[in-house]
Amino acid sequence: MDLLSLSSGLLYTAFVIYLIAFVFFAATIKDKQQEKQFTLMNKIAISTTILGFIAQVGYFITRWMASGHAPVSNMFEFVTFFGMMLVLAFTILYFIYRIELLGLFALPVALLIIGYASMYPKEVSPLVPSLKSHWLYIHVTTVALGEAILAVSFVAGIIYLIHQINQSKTTVKTTWLEIIMYAICATLGFVIITTIFSSMDYNATFSYAVDEEEMTLEYQLPAWFGPENGELVTDDKMDAVFTTPGWMHGAEAPRKLNTLVWSLTAGLLLYLILRISLRKRIAAAIQPLLKKANPELLDEACYRAVAIGFPVFTLGGLIFAAIWAQEAWNRYWGWDPKEVWALITFFFYAIFLHLRLSRGWHGEKSAWLAAIGFAIIMFNLIVVNLVLAGLHSYA
Amino acid sequence: MSIIKCSTCGHQNKEGTTICEKCGKPLDYDQQGTLLNMRYDGSAIRSKTKNRSIVDKIWNFFSSIKVGVSLIAIALIASALGTIYPQKMYIPQNIDPALHYRDQYGLSGQIFYQLGFHNLYNSWWYMVLIALIGISIFIVSIDRGVPLYKALKNQAIKRHPNFLKRQKLFGEYKDYNEEDKTDFINKLKKHRYKITENDGHFLAEKGRFSRWGPYVNHLGLIIFLLGTLFRFIPFMYVDDFVWVREGETAVIPSTNQQYYIKNEEFIFETYGNDDEDAIFEAALQNTSGPVPKHFETSAIIYEDVSKDVIGSEPELKEINSGEIIVNEALKINDLALYQDSYQLNEFQTMSFKLHEADDEEEAAIAEFTVDLTDPESEYEFDNGYRVELNRFYPEYELDNGQPRSISNYPRNPGFVFFVHGPDIEEREASFLAIGQNIPSGDNQYKLSLTDFGVRDVSGLTVRKDLTLPIIGLGAFIFMIGVIQGMYWQHRRVWIHQGEDRIYIACHTNKNWYGLTKELEKVIDGTSFTMVQDQEKNNDT
Ligand code: HEM
Repeated sequence: MDLLSLSSGLLYTAFVIYLIAFVFFAATIKDKQQEKQFTLMNKIAISTTILGFIAQVGYFITRWMASGHAPVSNMFEFVTFFGMMLVLAFTILYFIYRIELLGLFALPVALLIIGYASMYPKEVSPLVPSLKSHWLYIHVTTVALGEAILAVSFVAGIIYLIHQINQSKTTVKTTWLEIIMYAICATLGFVIITTIFSSMDYNATFSYAVDEEEMTLEYQLPAWFGPENGELVTDDKMDAVFTTPGWMHGAEAPRKLNTLVWSLTAGLLLYLILRISLRKRIAAAIQPLLKKANPELLDEACYRAVAIGFPVFTLGGLIFAAIWAQEAWNRYWGWDPKEVWALITFFFYAIFLHLRLSRGWHGEKSAWLAAIGFAIIMFNLIVVNLVLAGLHSYA
Repeated sequence: MSIIKCSTCGHQNKEGTTICEKCGKPLDYDQQGTLLNMRYDGSAIRSKTKNRSIVDKIWNFFSSIKVGVSLIAIALIASALGTIYPQKMYIPQNIDPALHYRDQYGLSGQIFYQLGFHNLYNSWWYMVLIALIGISIFIVSIDRGVPLYKALKNQAIKRHPNFLKRQKLFGEYKDYNEEDKTDFINKLKKHRYKITENDGHFLAEKGRFSRWGPYVNHLGLIIFLLGTLFRFIPFMYVDDFVWVREGETAVIPSTNQQYYIKNEEFIFETYGNDDEDAIFEAALQNTSGPVPKHFETSAIIYEDVSKDVIGSEPELKEINSGEIIVNEALKINDLALYQDSYQLNEFQTMSFKLHEADDEEEAAIAEFTVDLTDPESEYEFDNGYRVELNRFYPEYELDNGQPRSISNYPRNPGFVFFVHGPDIEEREASFLAIGQNIPSGDNQYKLSLTDFGVRDVSGLTVRKDLTLPIIGLGAFIFMIGVIQGMYWQHRRVWIHQGEDRIYIACHTNKNWYGLTKELEKVIDGTSFTMVQDQEKNNDT
């Protein structure tokens, strides 16, 4: 068996083991409400998690050996690595605070992230000259670790919020919680829909003209939104229902919009199914499961994750990034969207820390901030790469 | 300034002090019954006490956390706005930005441009914003750092019982013996607490240095920001660019004609030509063009040693040579040359022949070669013919039917030739470019392209940045400061010997969980019970 298939086998194994670990963590909910007690089930759950992590490290090393460069150079590789760092960050925080509930939420988030990553092309991609630097590995791995530790603060924060927010009536807060739940559903929806259609090898090609030049665009999902003046050239496939609005730019905009609408719709469907079968808000349905949560401890873990993650992120996302940019592009800072969003992340967590330290933003306020911080990180990871950065990549 | 006199020990405290500097008695009488506010150890903060003169008002403005956080929040939002569309430096440079934003992004693009967001990060107001944050960091650090330093340096070991009673972690013990006390203190020692004693009262302390973390990191930020300002001092910063053709020696700009660079060879490789690239095959199939794998300029650097003789020919002495590769610059003193861009196969020469227009064989009457970097205006031949180069367009383009050149680089040369000869009455004009040969009217003679020579052009950035050490230092200090402040905590345990009991109180500036864990270990095995978390007791 060649290295590359061994590598993807290991990743798949890691995914399955994480799934199993999640089930074990779910089983700890039933444990008697004894704080600080380390039950057998806890040990099994965390050991399984570590086993999964080792498998994923195996994926990482074998892929590195196969490709000759650290596998952090395209969307699939980077997002997968981010998922792996999230498991690592969770494990660290778990050993500090021994909060099993963290596993109950961190693992699904990691699973979703790895699932999301695997929707991108998985081929080993060649490095363009500017990426050929040790600083690439150093920079990207530290950023991913820093962001992952910060993401654990979101995990702690969301448990805190679900536990603390009064679910007896609809309020702005319960609505925002449901929006977060829906965002998770939409990500899951994206993974499910993409998997279904790619297993069917769905492909519909549209041709359209730009400045009298013939262009084609391939869809892997049935097209609701086609390119302007596009014509379906594949037989027996669904023709586009709508035309992509003209203000959306970029050759791939119609396909991206189509994927987005599919994900949001699938997410909505998932959300509604859950909501109707549960007969209450999703967060309200989860709340009783969190009986043994200790809000003060969660609040502290949420803050601690930021305290640990902020220096790591700054080092990787700003300082190492600047050193590398100086070497590769002779400017340590260039106001590229990716850089700006790293700065925004930095500003945001600086605000988080100052508000907490000086204005007493503890507990719920702090937890909401952690959720916003995670949204910013995800924005930088996904939207900036796919939308903003795409605008000035002249390719 | 008014003075607050401590009712217990009589010490005269500065206005604004909430905990007596000498005996530690809480002076915030209105707050009794609540936990003590331990920020800055209750010392007087300038911005909280003085508010009379205009200086005070400015000082207070900048040392307000509310203001500081708001400034950062505004910078955050502004930064985000600038990423909606590409910045000016990322759009094609040969188009008017006003048109570009309008044509590419419509109305919203126009608004983006009109508001100046296309050059947001270099705008005066963005810089002012960052400068205000810098000022705020500077002032706040003095405002709080100095009193905090003094308070911790002079802190009393013996604190008033009320001080201990109003700490979050507190215990009061009546039945104990001296041994337990020594035991407890020894165990604290084992946990690397520094113990000081005064009259049977103890203070155990560790990690005080972490309290300076914020001030160290703020100092780093200030150095960093100052470093970026130094860029505006001319000799500190050079940013230039030079195109050098293969075989050509060019003066390096911004060096006062002192240094020259010769491009010996430009090497360009793409993926897919090597066995080891097989692994990338699948990925390469999905890309539209060839993917660059490696490019470098093999260069020689010369110094002009013809000292100060004005107008003399430069006398070049080789001082350095090597490859300029993307992640590896070539350095001359402070100056670094970076591989930036390239232009492959630029035309260097073009050869033509003159023949009779109706000659099927196209037998040459005359032949000549135009050096595109330095074209001659006339080419004369022994047989009496003469070709005049009337117009030369290095990169030609038709603009409303009129030829013009869009750059000075011979990427798509176009020529207007006049042919003169013994049997030509006046002259015959023709226009030539790649794939084009347009005579003006009925020409008897015709010019044809026979050959051309190409070479690569390497684009090098010339950069000097003496601000880098300052900026690097700032970043380094910043990192030390955040790590110092975030990964360590300042923990203190006070043991107050009362008349018939002892009081134990504990404080940490963060990570209470860690402190509680540690105290559990310390207290375990002594006869003391665990200190109580008074915040929790209040809740329930
Ligand atoms: C982007 C800029 C800034 C960064 C990265 C930054 C960073 C930090 C960090 C990491 C801490 C320690 C927080 C903790 O221990 O939880 C801190 C503390 C602090 N910062 Fe900043 N800061 C910035 C700007 C400001 C500004 C503008 C102000 C002014 C109003 C300010 C005032 C303070 C204060 C008062 C403290 C607490 C000091 C103490 O309690 O001893 N900071 N800062």
